[in-house]
Amino acid sequence: MPDPRLSLRGVTKSFDDVQVLRGIDMDIAPGEMVCLIGASGSGKSTLLRCMNGLEPVDNGEVRLDGVDIAEPGFDLTPIRQRIGIVFQSFNLFPHMTAYDNVALAPRRVLGEDARARIEALFSRFGLADHMKKYPDQLSGGQQQRVAVIRALAMRPQTMLLDEITSALDPELVGEVLDVLRRLRDDGMTMVLATHEMAFARDVADRVVFMDQGVVAEEGTPERIFSAPERERTQRFLASILR
Amino acid sequence: MAAGSHRSSTDQVTRRAAYEAQQKRRANLIAGVSTALVLALIVFLVPLAPGWEAVRASFFDGEVFVRVFPDLLRAFLLDVAIFAWSVPLIFGLGLAIALARGNTNPALFPLRIFGAVYVDLFRGIPVVLLVYLVGFGIPGLGLARPWNSPYIWGTVALVLTYSAYIAEVLRSGIESIHASQRNAAICLGLSERDTMRYVILPQAIRRVVPANMNMLVALQKDVALLSFIGPVEILRQAGIFKSLLANFTPYVVAAVIFLCVTVPATRYADYLLNRDRDARS
Amino acid sequence: MKTILSAAVLSVMATGAFAAGHCAASKTLADGALTIATGNPAYYPWVIDDAPEKGEGFEAAVAYALAEEMGFAADQVTWVRTSFDEAIQPGAKNFDLNMQQYSITPERDKVVDFSAPYYTAPQAVITTTPVVEGGAEPTLESLKGLKWGVVASTTALPVVMEQIQPDASPLVYDDNANITAAMKAGQIDAALFDLPTALFTAAVLMDNGVVLGQFDPSAAENPDQFGMLMPEGSELKACVDEALAAMTENGKLAEIEAQWLQEATGVPLIK
Repeated sequence: MPDPRLSLRGVTKSFDDVQVLRGIDMDIAPGEMVCLIGASGSGKSTLLRCMNGLEPVDNGEVRLDGVDIAEPGFDLTPIRQRIGIVFQSFNLFPHMTAYDNVALAPRRVLGEDARARIEALFSRFGLADHMKKYPDQLSGGQQQRVAVIRALAMRPQTMLLDEITSALDPELVGEVLDVLRRLRDDGMTMVLATHEMAFARDVADRVVFMDQGVVAEEGTPERIFSAPERERTQRFLASILR
Repeated sequence: MAAGSHRSSTDQVTRRAAYEAQQKRRANLIAGVSTALVLALIVFLVPLAPGWEAVRASFFDGEVFVRVFPDLLRAFLLDVAIFAWSVPLIFGLGLAIALARGNTNPALFPLRIFGAVYVDLFRGIPVVLLVYLVGFGIPGLGLARPWNSPYIWGTVALVLTYSAYIAEVLRSGIESIHASQRNAAICLGLSERDTMRYVILPQAIRRVVPANMNMLVALQKDVALLSFIGPVEILRQAGIFKSLLANFTPYVVAAVIFLCVTVPATRYADYLLNRDRDARS
Repeated sequence: MKTILSAAVLSVMATGAFAAGHCAASKTLADGALTIATGNPAYYPWVIDDAPEKGEGFEAAVAYALAEEMGFAADQVTWVRTSFDEAIQPGAKNFDLNMQQYSITPERDKVVDFSAPYYTAPQAVITTTPVVEGGAEPTLESLKGLKWGVVASTTALPVVMEQIQPDASPLVYDDNANITAAMKAGQIDAALFDLPTALFTAAVLMDNGVVLGQFDPSAAENPDQFGMLMPEGSELKACVDEALAAMTENGKLAEIEAQWLQEATGVPLIK
């Protein structure tokens, strides 16, 4: 295995008295696509947010290309453009057009008028006609694709995707998952918290099952979905695939 | 019934539409009649009151109206001018105070305290007192003309009070923006400053437009308080006419002139808000 | 019935001058009492220490002399306070007479009744020593160049505008206290007060006040005359005027004026 892009060791995180992460060890290789599965409250979202420093971890290390970004006081601003994140609730800026949503960070952070590149991204993901629209003029699927484009416009090496299809109507899920397939084909490193088991089985390099703040079981999708070893994995999959 | 609705879907009015149109006509008729009735009652009954003649002569004297109108209109220009140069100062300072109160940098903690004290202080002091205190007090320290002008220090008093109010309005607007917006901006690598400037503030300011419009209407009226320290604006001019003519009609004229500005201004703000909403749905 | 009435008359006669006693009987707000309004607060030299019931100060003294002339004893005089504006609003009044230096004007006379004048006040220019040192003189020419302040509800504004015609438009205030504050703040150079007020303000309220000069009241087209304000159509007006005439004739009014508004010596006429 080459040097991991992201490497977590002993990561713990509590909110008030509730311990959400109880010691996570994980390595993610460049170009790898990892799907985090597990029940709501198992710590998937929090783990993603700890990976880019949006939530500071209590203990443990989060190494990005070998640098511990979880060290208290570490300046995360330059790191954040290397790790994109997309949220379940899109979080587009409602007062800006789709194009301006995407163009803001490249202009302010990279000092770059990335118009050609951004227009290419819109075209590539089938949104060329929607650049001038405001978020509330777009469907949920379109908004989520704009959110992905917004993250991509910063040219991240890694993308964190937090249940990005959970808030969508079922018929809109496909168009967003297609975007992820294309990113995978581009070789993007991705960590994806998801409930889309079929999708995870289809495209993931590795599936991580989380339960009560720990990694309960991990492996290739074939093995996890066809022959889960742990009883709680079996129970979770049974409940979700019933 | 099915046949009816089929037939009507193309060229004929549906039963539902016909019913609604009838209901609407009925509602309009009732509204019209009741409005006319109330107006008639006011127009016919009020003059029957025993004191009406005296009140009419004191408050609604047509001759006085015509005589004082041009002078009051001229005096109103001063109100408009004071208002116009106060508003940018109020919003600038209000924004600065709101941001000072919202900052979390420990090094800037004194600024935060200052913001809190400022808001408590200047919202708590009656505007009139501040107008006197600043308008007479500060020039009394020994400033030379033109820097002791009541126009300057009266404006300062208005700015102090209203920026405290606006600061609170803006802060409530900023706090009403969901944390996920900030998170999204921070995760894109935007600095705190850019996040505030490009993501939070534009949304916050838009959200508090109605509250700010109310503030501006109140400010337009409070501009008249500057007359206490000398400037002859519309209410003072009306007061002068009142003393001169022993008649209150000049105040009625002033009220009419005020309404001519504040009513369209509020309506225009409503229109802007609606247009903003319509454009995005 | 008749005996009760005559007993009442007798008791009135017993307390004061009986000739005018009949005149005011049952015409006052409260029977057997004369209700007089003054300002809130009332100022020197019109009322000393804001205590009109002591009868000290020009208006307080005139009030008690008038009451006596009309047949009221001192303890039958009731004092109330009103603002300037209250008195000229339409509607019922809570006083028989209102004395707070109301200038008699034809416009006001349409809404309320005025007694015959009890004082003719010359207007005087009050200013500060720096302005005098800056070359201000008691001439209309010199006054033109000053920055003026006036009280909105007095006749000073038309006097300033028509007689002085200043180069810069005057600033206008609610009362003398604000004028004084503005003069202390250096925002205005001069103001027009009636002479007694000007003397008091310059001497007591200001550190560097000067009464620069006075206008000749008889030379003015409309000399400022103070009248007692009464509700429109007051039945009392004839009695009050009669009493004032008697007080003018017997020198009582002049005596009070001399006592409380002593001759304004050293204030030159404005040329």
